[in-house]
Amino acid sequence: MRGMSPIVRTVTSLVSGFILLYGIYVVLYGHLTPGGGFAGGVVLACCFILMVLAFGAPFVHGIVSERAPYLWDCIGALAFLAVGVLGYYSGQFFHNFLVPAASRGADPTVSAGNYKLLSSGIILPCNVAIGIKVMACLFGVFVVLAAFRPAPKAQED
Amino acid sequence: MTAPYVLTMVLLAIGIYAIACKRNLIKVVIGVMVAEYAVNLFLILLGYRTGGFAPIRTEAMDQAAGAAEAAKSFAAASVDPLPQALILTSIVIGLGVVALLAAMAIRLHEKYGTFDVSEMRKLQG
Amino acid sequence: MESTLPILVALPLAVAFVMPLLEKLREPEWLIDLIATLGSLGLLVLSVRLVGAEVGPYWMGGWDGTGGVFGIALKCDGLTRLMLVTISGVAFVAVLFSLAYMRRYTSKGFYFCLFFLMVAGMNGVALAGDMFNLFVFLEVAAISSYALVAFGCESEELEASFKYLVLGGLASTFVLFGVGILYNLTGTLNMDQIHAQMKGLAGNPALYVAAGFFVMGLGLKAAMVPFHAWLPDAHPSAPAPISAMLSGVLIKALGVYTLARVFFSVLGPAPEYAAVLMALGALSMIAGVLLAVGQWDFKRLLAYHSISQMGYVVLALGIGAAVLSRPGGSRVVAGLAIFGGLFHMFNHAAFKSLLFLCSGATEYATGTRQLKELGGLKHRMPVTSACCRVASLSIAGVPPFNGFWSKLIIIVAAVQAGYLWLGALAALVAFLTLVSFVKVQRYVVCGELPERHANVREVPASMCVAMVILAVVCLGAGLLVPYMMAPHVGLLDQAAEALAPGVEAVEVVLGGVAP
Repeated sequence: MRGMSPIVRTVTSLVSGFILLYGIYVVLYGHLTPGGGFAGGVVLACCFILMVLAFGAPFVHGIVSERAPYLWDCIGALAFLAVGVLGYYSGQFFHNFLVPAASRGADPTVSAGNYKLLSSGIILPCNVAIGIKVMACLFGVFVVLAAFRPAPKAQED
Repeated sequence: MTAPYVLTMVLLAIGIYAIACKRNLIKVVIGVMVAEYAVNLFLILLGYRTGGFAPIRTEAMDQAAGAAEAAKSFAAASVDPLPQALILTSIVIGLGVVALLAAMAIRLHEKYGTFDVSEMRKLQG
Repeated sequence: MESTLPILVALPLAVAFVMPLLEKLREPEWLIDLIATLGSLGLLVLSVRLVGAEVGPYWMGGWDGTGGVFGIALKCDGLTRLMLVTISGVAFVAVLFSLAYMRRYTSKGFYFCLFFLMVAGMNGVALAGDMFNLFVFLEVAAISSYALVAFGCESEELEASFKYLVLGGLASTFVLFGVGILYNLTGTLNMDQIHAQMKGLAGNPALYVAAGFFVMGLGLKAAMVPFHAWLPDAHPSAPAPISAMLSGVLIKALGVYTLARVFFSVLGPAPEYAAVLMALGALSMIAGVLLAVGQWDFKRLLAYHSISQMGYVVLALGIGAAVLSRPGGSRVVAGLAIFGGLFHMFNHAAFKSLLFLCSGATEYATGTRQLKELGGLKHRMPVTSACCRVASLSIAGVPPFNGFWSKLIIIVAAVQAGYLWLGALAALVAFLTLVSFVKVQRYVVCGELPERHANVREVPASMCVAMVILAVVCLGAGLLVPYMMAPHVGLLDQAAEALAPGVEAVEVVLGGVAP
């Protein structure tokens, strides 16, 4: 894959940092505003896909190795399962074991520490794990599909 | 309020028509996508409450009315958020299915040299 | 004991996601094999431990639905336990078989990843207490199976998998429509809560629309005629252990089990649903076996027989539902019909998986699936041909193997419920199955060995062990029928009770009590 013109490359190199930042914001604040793991992961993957389109696959494979999508995909999924299993420590599978002790047992809709970044217990690590997984997964899917070479045309005319 | 539901059924019918009657593999894939959009639209429409607002709670709502009453009025007046959670999951599943379909269509093109379904008749009986 | 329920889904997911790591970090093959075997063995142990225990619903995360909170429940009644044991058993045997068989394919690590994702999905379907959870795990298992059917990447496999994918995706869309309609009517997704509201909703036309969507969607997953078109292409094209899993448990867990859950536990038995189930079952039985008689490809013949045997199970469930929904219907007869259907489901998992594994072993040794090119394998491959013989006798319904008992119970239940011609149809289909498998035996096991196959050797030890385990299960389930039916302890009696509560099916079979 060849990459595109210098205008596209310049703009991409300026903008991809902001795209990554936006994706990380969508993942982290998923419990407060719309978004969360999947939507943020898609935005993060789009940043890498933009780099592949603008600079060409060999360049991006210098930054992100060929095996990285598979590895981070599995790490994200195993982290999500680990958060669920750690819930056994406080009772049930996927129990919210990170809720601050002051608001444990209170009505969850009216407690005082709401609307902050760290106020949601295990939702934050779950969102981060899903974000990593979706980013790796979509980027991997794109790379595999982009390696398509059309079959030679059959004899005609 | 039945017009949007009729639209859902029309979309489903278009999707099924594309799956059954089109000869190009990519058009069949698009038919599957349209049918999945039909179902997602149907689920979203189920949750709609006339005059409701988006189900996002903000600190301003809590400070205006006091936390407990804000929770009650929120539950009464907002659009039902459960179908929205359902279709998020459904969209992700649809993504998985379409990615797999696209990969398979590409591999089929590598094997047969064409996207035409009527050329792919190695399986019989 | 209850807290192990999520482990039955989390363990195969964890094994599935460890596999690509091992594959990409270039770990040795024996490590992948070891983890896969230990994972499936662990699942089998956990599932067997659950049998006989009274396990209530498990609410995820401690949110138990009180105080206006939406909870997600995992429930584990008798039918779930039967499905879990079946799934884990066939998965363990298929893993053993794949250790040697899959060396001829591209990548074992990715194969096991998809395999364990499929097992996790099926366990999730069996454990789900919630309609949408059921849908999500249905999709997880189905998508993994689409990818596994195409695993060899030959042109036939890709074509079969594409057709399967498109039809399966459409079926899942229909199922989601049904779930959406049910949510709109009842305001909840929990199966028990929906069932509690069914009395107030009887006769609502939207309910029939939802039931229609479920029949279309789940009927396609269970390969009922007229939705069966994907199965004769997909099952033969998959690698042999995957064919065993697909025919042995996937069409049951995703199709028949879900149909039973929706039409017995959620919607409740009604005359219309029972009539539809019986019609589908009878049609599948006849069409499957008639289409199978003329087949000369070993695996394609087995695939058509899967359609026919699934027809038996759905027919039995339909008869049970019909009897339960009649005003004066005898609960004993209904329990007998349901018991026969579930027993046949378990037996089919055993003997059909064994048949597919035998066909895989035959293909591994000789390289062909066409019956006309095979012959006389009993001289050179004694273990495979003995297992093939056991499985053929089981599916044809010859005593004392397990197929005989389950078919007998279904026919007796049909006659006692007043459907004499359905009983006669079932007996006719059993006879045609026998004819078909006599043909298989004559061409594969007996007869002359063609010269080009003169040097075939027996398949590797792990494949033999897998086949022998299933053959022992076939024989054992036939000989130990009274043990399996023991009230409140036996696996099958609990399962039948779960669907038709309060029925003592064992009295009828062992005591000959008339309804």
